[in-house]
Amino acid sequence: MKNYKFLAVGLLALGIVSCEPDLDNPIDEAGDVYSNGEADFTNYVALGNSLTAGYADNALYITGQTNSYPNILAGQFALTQETNEFTIPYMNDNAGGLLAGGQQITSNRLVLATDSQGNNSPSVYAGMAPTTDITNVLEGPFSNMGVPGAKSYHLGVEGYGNLAGVLSGMANPYFVRFASSPQASVMADALAQDPTFFSLWIGNNDVLGYATSGGVGVNQAGNLNPATYGSNDITDPQVFAQVYSQMVQALTANGAGGVLINIPDVTSIAFFNTVPNNALVLDAQTAGNLTAYFSAVSQVFAGGLMAQGVPQDQAVALASQYAITFNEGPNRFIIDVPVSQTNPLGFRQMTEDELIQLQVDQSALASGYGSVNLTTEVQQVLGLLMAGGTPTQEQANILFGGVNGLEDADVLDSTEISEIQTATTSFNQTISAVASANGLAMVDANALLNSVADGGLSFDGGTVTATYATGGAFSLDGVHLTPRGYAIVANEIIDQINATYGATVPKVNVGQYGTITLSNEVQ
Amino acid sequence: MKKLLFLTLFGLAAAMTYAGGYRVGLQGQRRLAMGHTGVAVVDNAELAFFNPAGLVYLEDRINVSFGASAVFSDVVWQNDEFGQMARTDSPVGTPFYAYVSYKASDWLTLGLAAYTPYGSSVEWPTDWSGSHLVNNIDLKAIYIQALASVKISDKLSIGGGPIYVNGAVNFNRNLNRTLSDIDGNRANVTVDASGVHAWGWSLGAMFNPTDKLRIGANYRSEIIVEAEEGHADFSNIPASPLTPFNDTRFDASLPLPAELSVGASYEISDKWLIAFDYNRAFWDVYQSLDIDFQDPAVPDSENPRNYKDANTYRFGAQYIANEMFTLRAGYYFDESPVQSGYFAPETPRNDAHGFTAGLSVNITDKLAIDASFLYNRFEEINESYDYYMENGQNVPFEGSYKTVAFVPGLGVTFKI
Repeated sequence: MKNYKFLAVGLLALGIVSCEPDLDNPIDEAGDVYSNGEADFTNYVALGNSLTAGYADNALYITGQTNSYPNILAGQFALTQETNEFTIPYMNDNAGGLLAGGQQITSNRLVLATDSQGNNSPSVYAGMAPTTDITNVLEGPFSNMGVPGAKSYHLGVEGYGNLAGVLSGMANPYFVRFASSPQASVMADALAQDPTFFSLWIGNNDVLGYATSGGVGVNQAGNLNPATYGSNDITDPQVFAQVYSQMVQALTANGAGGVLINIPDVTSIAFFNTVPNNALVLDAQTAGNLTAYFSAVSQVFAGGLMAQGVPQDQAVALASQYAITFNEGPNRFIIDVPVSQTNPLGFRQMTEDELIQLQVDQSALASGYGSVNLTTEVQQVLGLLMAGGTPTQEQANILFGGVNGLEDADVLDSTEISEIQTATTSFNQTISAVASANGLAMVDANALLNSVADGGLSFDGGTVTATYATGGAFSLDGVHLTPRGYAIVANEIIDQINATYGATVPKVNVGQYGTITLSNEVQ
Repeated sequence: MKKLLFLTLFGLAAAMTYAGGYRVGLQGQRRLAMGHTGVAVVDNAELAFFNPAGLVYLEDRINVSFGASAVFSDVVWQNDEFGQMARTDSPVGTPFYAYVSYKASDWLTLGLAAYTPYGSSVEWPTDWSGSHLVNNIDLKAIYIQALASVKISDKLSIGGGPIYVNGAVNFNRNLNRTLSDIDGNRANVTVDASGVHAWGWSLGAMFNPTDKLRIGANYRSEIIVEAEEGHADFSNIPASPLTPFNDTRFDASLPLPAELSVGASYEISDKWLIAFDYNRAFWDVYQSLDIDFQDPAVPDSENPRNYKDANTYRFGAQYIANEMFTLRAGYYFDESPVQSGYFAPETPRNDAHGFTAGLSVNITDKLAIDASFLYNRFEEINESYDYYMENGQNVPFEGSYKTVAFVPGLGVTFKI
C-alpha cells in the first residue's frame, strides 16, 4: 500500500503548489502595470492642515485618518513602484476628542442623530469618552504631517509642538502628539525625512478662521508680522507668498517632486451654503406686520431726526433705508452692522450674496432672530403710532430695540466675503506661480470644490454635491470633507501628478468611500 | 448550528464551483478520469449516479464504490482602472460519493447512493472591493438516493429512484459599499440555513445495440431547495433608527437544476474503450436569488442571476494495460451558465476546459484503488455584475477574473 500513499500525497502536493491563479498583467507586481513616470514616490511626505490630516466631523479620528487623501494617494503610489510605508500619527480612537493631561480640550466628532420624530441633526458623539491624550507623544517619523489648525506660517514655527505652548495658543495640540521634540517645527520634521515626493495643501486656515468666525477677526493685509496675528485673522498675502515659497524651496532642495494644492473658495463649502440668507419664510399677515413695523421705524426715526433739526428731505432719505418691505414667502434676514453716519441704527437687510454660517441658532431664527422681536412693549408703541400718537424718545428706543438682527459672527457680509476672496485669489496666484517656477504639479481645489457646489460631480453611484449631510462631499462640520470628498480630491491630485510627471497612477473608486456616520449615541 | 451527523462524518462536504454555476462534477474517480463520461459505461457502482439503468448489467452480486476528491480552486480578481486586486482563499473542498448495488435477481438490481453534485465554497478577503456582493459563501447539498435497475432485455434496461436532498447554506456580504459603524467596521449580513431538505428523482435507460456499443440517457430532476426560517444576522450596524437592521429570519429558495445526460461508449478492443457524454444542465431556472427577510423593516434582497441552460461535452478513453493497471484520460468542455453582465463573484464562472487522467490499480480480483486528477483551465475573462443597485441606479462591479482548479481524487471499488 505504501506506493499508493505516495501517489496520493503526490497528487495532493501538486494541487497545493499549483492552485494560485495568475492574471496576464497582475497589478500586485509594483510598476508592471502602472508607472510612476518621472516622479519618485519612494518616500512620500504630506504637509498641510486638517484637510491633509483627514480631519472630518469637527474632529480627528482613526477612520478619518485612514481615509485622508494622502493615505489614499500613498496606496495608489505603491502600485507604481516600491514605496516606504506611509505612516500616520493615528489617534487613539474613533471618538475624536483630544485630552491634555486627562482634561478634554477638543470635543468629540459629530454624528448624524435622529430623534423620535425622525428629524436628523448633527450631534456630538457620546458613545465613548475620548482617549487620545496629547501628553502621550508618538514615536515618528510620520509621513502624514498634516496638522489640524495650522496656517501657512505655522509650519516653520519652532515649538509649534510644545505642550507648554498649547494653552496660550502658541503651539498646536495635534502637533504636540507627534513632534520629534518640543522645539521641532513641522517643516523641520518633514525635511528630516528627506522626502522624494511631497504634497502641500496649506493656506486654507489663513482665510478660513476669519470666514467661519463670521469675519470677527482682522484682515491683516499690510501687517507683515504674523507673530501678531490672531487665529481668526486673514494672513497678509505677502507673508503668505514668502513663507510658501520658502517652504517649497526647502522641500524641493534635494530634487524632490511634489504637488501643490490651492485654496478653495470658502463660499463653496457647505458651512456657508446650508442656511440660506432668505430662510425667513413668512405668511402674508406676518409679512404685512413686519413691513408695517419697519415702516414705523423709518417714520419715527425720520421724525426724530427732524426734531433734532435735520432738514426733512435729508431725514427722510436717511430713514428710508429702514422701511424694509417683506413679502409672503422667503425673505432675507436682517443683520446687525456697525453703527455709522450712513446707518445710524446699525441694521440692514442682507444682500443676495451674503452668507449665514451653519452653526447659527436655528431655534432663535424661528423666533425672531434675524428679523424683529415683537415684544408687548414694542406692540404697544406700534399701537400708539397706529392711533396717530407721537412716541416719546423712550418709546422710540423701545420701537428701535425690537430689531433683532443677526450678529456679525453668524454672517459673512459682502465686505468680509470680498476680503476673503481677495486674499484667496492672491494666495492661489502665489501657489500657481510657485508650482510652475518649480515644475511641480498643481491642483486647483478651488475649481474642484466649486464644481462640487455647482451641480456636483457624478460617480458610479450617483452625484456628489456640497449639500450639507446628504450631498456626500462635506462632513458634518460643513467645512471638512467626507472620505468620499477626500477621494475626489485624491483623484484630482492623481490626475495632475500623472499629467506633470508622465505617470499612470490609477485613481480610486469614489463610490467605495463612505460619507457621514449615523449614530444615536449622542449627548 | 447543529449539523447533521453525516455532514460531520464526511468532513463537511464542500466544493468550489468548477462545473458551471455551483454544479460540482466529481461523482466517481473512474468516470472523472475519463472526462466525467459514464452515462453509457458499465464498469462499477459509479453507475448509480451516471446511469442507474446500467447497474443491472454489473456482473458481481455486490458492487461498492466510494471516494472523495480534494478541490484546490481559487480565483483572482483585478480591476485595472482603480488598481484593485483580490484573491479568494477558499477552503479545500472535499466532495465525496458512496455507491452500493446489490443484484437481487437476474433482472433486478437495487442500489443506494450518496453524492454531492452541488456545492460552492468561496472565501474572498473580508471587506474586499466586491464585498457588497459577497464576502464568503458555503453551499452544501448532499443527495441520498435509493435505486432500482431493471433489465428489460440484454439490450435494454431502465433504472432510477427517489432522491432525498439535505442542504445547508451560509452566506455573508456587506450591506452596501460604504455603510459602517462608528469605528468604520463594515455593516454586513450573514444568512445561514441548514438541514434544509427537498425531494427529487432520477431516471435512466441503457440500450446495448451490439456487444461493443452502449447508448445511455439519464435525467436527474430539478430540486428547489426552500430555506425557511433561516437566520439572518446583521453585524456592525450603526446605532441609528435610519438603519433598522435587526437580526431576523429569512426565506429563500435555491434551485438545484435538472440535468440531462446522453452518451455512448464503444469497446474498440479488449483493451480500449472510448466514451462520449453530452450533458445539459437546465440552469434557466435560476433567475434570481431572492432573500425575503421576515422583519418588515429590513428590505428584501433581490439579486438577478438570469442563468441560461448550459451544455457540457465530455470525451474519455480507457486502456487496460494489464491485470493490475487500467489507465484513463479525458477531456471536457464545460459551458458556463452565467451570462455576460451577471458575473457575480459568488460563482465567478466562465467556460472551462477540463483535462482528466487517472488509473485503477487492482489490488486483488475484488478490490481496486481508483485515482484521478482533474485540471480545469479557464481563460482570463473581463466581466461584470451589473445588477447591484445603489440609490436607484445600477452600479456595475467589474474586473478581470482568472480561476484555476486542481482536483486530485481517490476512491475504492469493491465487488463480490
